[in-house]
Amino acid sequence: MRDLFRNTPSLPVFIAVLVVFALGVTVLSEAYGLGVLSTSFVKTLGKTACLALVAIAMDLVWGYTGILSLGHFAFFGLGGYMIGMWLMYARTELIVLDSLAAAPLPPTPGEISDAIASQIFGVVGASDFPMVWMFAHSFWAQMALVVLVPGLLALVFGWLAFRSRVTGVYLSILTQAMTLALSLYLFQNDSGLRGNNGLSGLQNLPGADAIPQATISIWFFWASALALLLTYVVAAFVVSGTFGSVIRGIRDDEARVRFLGYPVEGFKLFVFVLTAVIAALGGALYYPQAGIINPAEIAPIASIYLAVWVAIGGRGRLYGAVIGACVVSLLSTWFTGGQAPDLNLGVYTVKWVDWWQVGLGLSFVLVTLFAPRGLGGLVDLVSHRLSPNRHGAPLGPDTGALREKEAEQ
Amino acid sequence: MNGSLLEVSAVSVTFDGFKAINRLSFSIGPTELRAIIGPNGAGKTTFMDIVTGKTRPDEGQVLWGEELTRNLVGMDEARIARAGIGRKFQRPTVFEDQTVFANLLMAHKNNRSPLAVLFYKPKRQDIAAVETLAARIGLAEQIRRKAGELSHGQKQWLEIGMLLAQDPKLLLVDEPAAGMTLGERERTADLLKEAAKTRAVVVVEHDMEFVRRLGCKVTVFHEGSMLAEGSLDHVTRNQDVIDVYLGR
Amino acid sequence: MIRRLIISVLLLFLCSVTAQAQDMTVQDVLQAHREALEKSSRRTIGPVIDAIADSGLPAARLVLERWRDREMWQRENDGLFFYGEPVDRSTERLFDFETGAEVGVYSTRDLDQLKPNSGIQAMIAAALVKFQLNDPDPAQRRTALEAIARSGEAAHLAPLRRSIPTETDPVLRAAKERTERLLTIAYGATDAERVAAIEHFRGSLFLDVRAALNPLVETRTVYAADLPADANIKRRLRGGSADLPVAEAFALLVDAGVVTPPPTVDERKSALIAHTRDGKVAGIPVADLNTQEIRDRAYAALAARGDVPAWDPAFSEARAVEDAPFAEVYTEPSAAVTEAAEETLRSINNTVAWNQVLDLSLDGLSLASIYFLAAIGLAITFGVMGVINMAHGEFIMMGAYTGYVVQQVIPDYTVSILVAIPLAFAVTFGAGVAMERLIIRRLYHRPLETLLATFGVSIALQQIAKNVFGTQVRPLTAPDWLDGALVLNDVVGISYIRIAIFVLALIFLGIFLFIMQKTRLGLETRAVTQNPRMAASMGINPGRVNMLTFGLGSGIAGIAGVAIGLYAKVTSELGQDYIVQSFMTVVVGGVGNIWGTLLGAGLIGFLQKGIEWFNPSNTLAAQTYMIIFIIIFIQFRPKGIIALKGRAAGD
Repeated sequence: MRDLFRNTPSLPVFIAVLVVFALGVTVLSEAYGLGVLSTSFVKTLGKTACLALVAIAMDLVWGYTGILSLGHFAFFGLGGYMIGMWLMYARTELIVLDSLAAAPLPPTPGEISDAIASQIFGVVGASDFPMVWMFAHSFWAQMALVVLVPGLLALVFGWLAFRSRVTGVYLSILTQAMTLALSLYLFQNDSGLRGNNGLSGLQNLPGADAIPQATISIWFFWASALALLLTYVVAAFVVSGTFGSVIRGIRDDEARVRFLGYPVEGFKLFVFVLTAVIAALGGALYYPQAGIINPAEIAPIASIYLAVWVAIGGRGRLYGAVIGACVVSLLSTWFTGGQAPDLNLGVYTVKWVDWWQVGLGLSFVLVTLFAPRGLGGLVDLVSHRLSPNRHGAPLGPDTGALREKEAEQ
Repeated sequence: MNGSLLEVSAVSVTFDGFKAINRLSFSIGPTELRAIIGPNGAGKTTFMDIVTGKTRPDEGQVLWGEELTRNLVGMDEARIARAGIGRKFQRPTVFEDQTVFANLLMAHKNNRSPLAVLFYKPKRQDIAAVETLAARIGLAEQIRRKAGELSHGQKQWLEIGMLLAQDPKLLLVDEPAAGMTLGERERTADLLKEAAKTRAVVVVEHDMEFVRRLGCKVTVFHEGSMLAEGSLDHVTRNQDVIDVYLGR
Repeated sequence: MIRRLIISVLLLFLCSVTAQAQDMTVQDVLQAHREALEKSSRRTIGPVIDAIADSGLPAARLVLERWRDREMWQRENDGLFFYGEPVDRSTERLFDFETGAEVGVYSTRDLDQLKPNSGIQAMIAAALVKFQLNDPDPAQRRTALEAIARSGEAAHLAPLRRSIPTETDPVLRAAKERTERLLTIAYGATDAERVAAIEHFRGSLFLDVRAALNPLVETRTVYAADLPADANIKRRLRGGSADLPVAEAFALLVDAGVVTPPPTVDERKSALIAHTRDGKVAGIPVADLNTQEIRDRAYAALAARGDVPAWDPAFSEARAVEDAPFAEVYTEPSAAVTEAAEETLRSINNTVAWNQVLDLSLDGLSLASIYFLAAIGLAITFGVMGVINMAHGEFIMMGAYTGYVVQQVIPDYTVSILVAIPLAFAVTFGAGVAMERLIIRRLYHRPLETLLATFGVSIALQQIAKNVFGTQVRPLTAPDWLDGALVLNDVVGISYIRIAIFVLALIFLGIFLFIMQKTRLGLETRAVTQNPRMAASMGINPGRVNMLTFGLGSGIAGIAGVAIGLYAKVTSELGQDYIVQSFMTVVVGGVGNIWGTLLGAGLIGFLQKGIEWFNPSNTLAAQTYMIIFIIIFIQFRPKGIIALKGRAAGD
């Protein structure tokens, strides 16, 4: 543990900031404090913590290992679907039991199951439980699936892709294709997950109707913050030691690492699956706060935004990913939510709802061009970090390798 | 100990109709220093690619080990490296983003599987071994510096040091002296000669002075096959070799 | 049987009428049916119309036409019928049917107008067909024939047949013969002539033929224990087999009254509820009835007391239907006819299948052309510069919107398309060059960063388009001459727009090959692709080549946008719909080779259509399967169909 802190100077700072922030939110929340922060804002903060969590996963896989995955939101979404199935089942079961309690005969298990199925699948014109719902009644089984389903998908996909040594933009496009295929599949009504309706009402925890949303939201915020903290520690552990050296070596010069005798494919696969599982856990925490999940959530664009956050925050450093996800997603919420004041230019009034996306796109271009270290680079300015000056010579012979000015830690 | 460590027999490889290697045979003993020379396009680099698994030959065998029991053809680079073949590239390829220490520790012989690496904690003797090696390649002072900050020659040594840290049975070294000052060359030649006392070393080099300094058996490649073999003086007197180098 | 009887009686009647026709006038015929005419009811008017139509009198047609047009009047004082022309609102000038002579001008108060309702009008029209079939005007004859072909009746057959020998127009004659055969299939008097007519259509692709044959092979599944001896049985079925599931077979048994269905779960539940006494059912507390097993026990107890119908828990529908006979029976009674129809339909289906393959290939080809057009620009930039342009889709969209804007300015669609294509090229060429100079040049050799930066451009462009043009679909209308489709037969057809896109794709393939093989730019581009450093040292300016190549690739995307906009919806998300497929095309085809792109587009286009054909109801699934296929394909050919090998691949 001491090694971990020594190798990752940002870890104590991060923990301190996160703890202070969580306490601050609690003190200001409706449920346990002054009530300055609205429940919806607490939810936004909780969701943002989940997004920061998946951004760390993205940073591990892209910033450290050099695999620009454009499909990690697929795992995020799958995690959400898996937990959503249990939430929806359990809550619908309570509702059904409630309504059947007034029936002249006590319901049989078969009747309960049929009633739940027709409640859930009525919107897609079905009334039977598809195979994929066979474990939905069990919280622990679905929690296991949260890890297993995205993990297995990542394992199979990663094994196929890395084994055939697909790299660079090819791999990026392939991951994009994967998430597109998944979202198109889920869009079908007969996929068994309610087609484009998705799963809804997830914010209502089964059996917790008496507890106000304000309280639930702060619980979820705590859980999300804790998960973020744990993810940070795990990620710091992964990147700090020789493993970190190896994956950064893979990023800069994959062939050289291979000639050192490291099974590159195994390392990539490990990181890919690990980050998929982290993303899935993030999704499992995110969607109960969002309340609804549908296939549009895992459209390719979502995963590209994930890359945008990490790039803007500064890739190749864990806190950069967190900063990027928080800043960009909170700003997006602010601008697209219509809270930002319009900008009057005299001839034209800039409505941020319309123009925020343009600004984001262009600032993203600018960051890529002029500030590859992203917002995290500001930290370097403060800490006056000495870095080698090699006039921008390439770090490795690979054309995709990092340039000097982005090199980190 | 007159057996071979590596035996390449009748290997051919073709790129888009161009025969880069043509029924090449080559062998080297367990503790031997060997220089390979030849004009551009003679197939020197491709030969190394084949031995290290980067290029798969169309035909032929690459046998390996004390008893020559393993065929390297079809194995991937990492497995061949773990089997004990280390390779140094023409351009120095070290991980510039990481410290000299991290570079050497990464190369240090150890279990290479992902999980083992993840939970690996360098033991005292590992650290000592790395520091000794750093001293041997003259980088003891620079051990905490990033590899990217080193001079060209220092990078070459670091890479040779990484090779030694792997503790390979066979070292393949591609143009180690390129771009080095005279003093650096001498030091490099000494490093290689010393390394060859305990293992096989194959050096590909253009620079005849450097080859002479190595003072070892020389193999001449031409158009993808072996043209001559023997001491440097022997091969430089060979009429075929003169023709090839001067161009008829 | 009955139908045939009616026809023969009618024919007999017809003959007798024509025999008398010599000494009768049409007025006599009308007077003979005066009562029915005055009553003018749809149920009784049929024989009247037939009598007039079949009278063989020259004036019959005139009577029917005037009657249909509500211009026939009856004089109140003597009940004679005439046709009239209105003089003014309350007076009519009457004429005699036979001679056409004016009878005089009468006040409508002294006349009764015959007002056939629309049902009767239709009957009259049908009767008129036989006159029109022999009309001197070919256009009239054609109209009549088309009317018959649309909704043929048994009564049409005879007049149609009679009109054939006198038909002079060879085209019309062929059409009449064809229609006659189609009518014969349905209404022919003997099996032999129907079979002959059916067999004549072997391998025909026309929809009307299939429409005529399909009713003949209609079947229904029945309980076959008491089937009439002459039933035309297609095949015998076993209950519980794949062709006749247990539930359906059991329903047939119930319908046939062979078995009484046991009470269903719901019925038993209702019975339990109905027999609840003091919170107990047959001694079992209601609260305990929460499994089916206990409910069944309670019901059995009730049944034992005789309170509810008996129910045997061991009863199985499967066993009930196991040994019962079932059969599929043709509704058409004649076995010879159904056999011939089945045989002919088989041969038709065979031909249809081949034509469907052809149709599918055409569809695949046109889809491939679209993907090719969309991907070619991407392939150029990826192949030459190793750059993935995520904003490529937005360039396609820009091209489409350029087309839309041009159409707002130039109303003539043909001219506007001709202007839009070069203009779209110019606009996107400029955008591409600007992007190359401002962004891509600075990120050269860093493909992942380029990918992300161009993605930034992509989301900005998309939102700008949304802000400027709104989210609604903007029309990009094709000129009239591109409307419609080239129809080869009732199965194979392809719209002209798709043909045009195919031609456009061919043109671009040609232009691209020309530029690459025959021009200085092509030579320099190839040089830069293969070895940029060497090319630079030979005086080629790689920056300029890259800029022009990128501009070219973007320009082609713009033209692809115009082409795609002609048949797809022009929205700000247009590009997104094609970008992933374009990537796939490039990846599957292999980098840096136009033929690879062509093959990739072909493979993806045909594959997508093929999968859609297997599962036509679900295009989403088709896309999913296609992407999975591509992911697997990459396993075997990681560098695409046409891959660079050896040192040139640069690995």
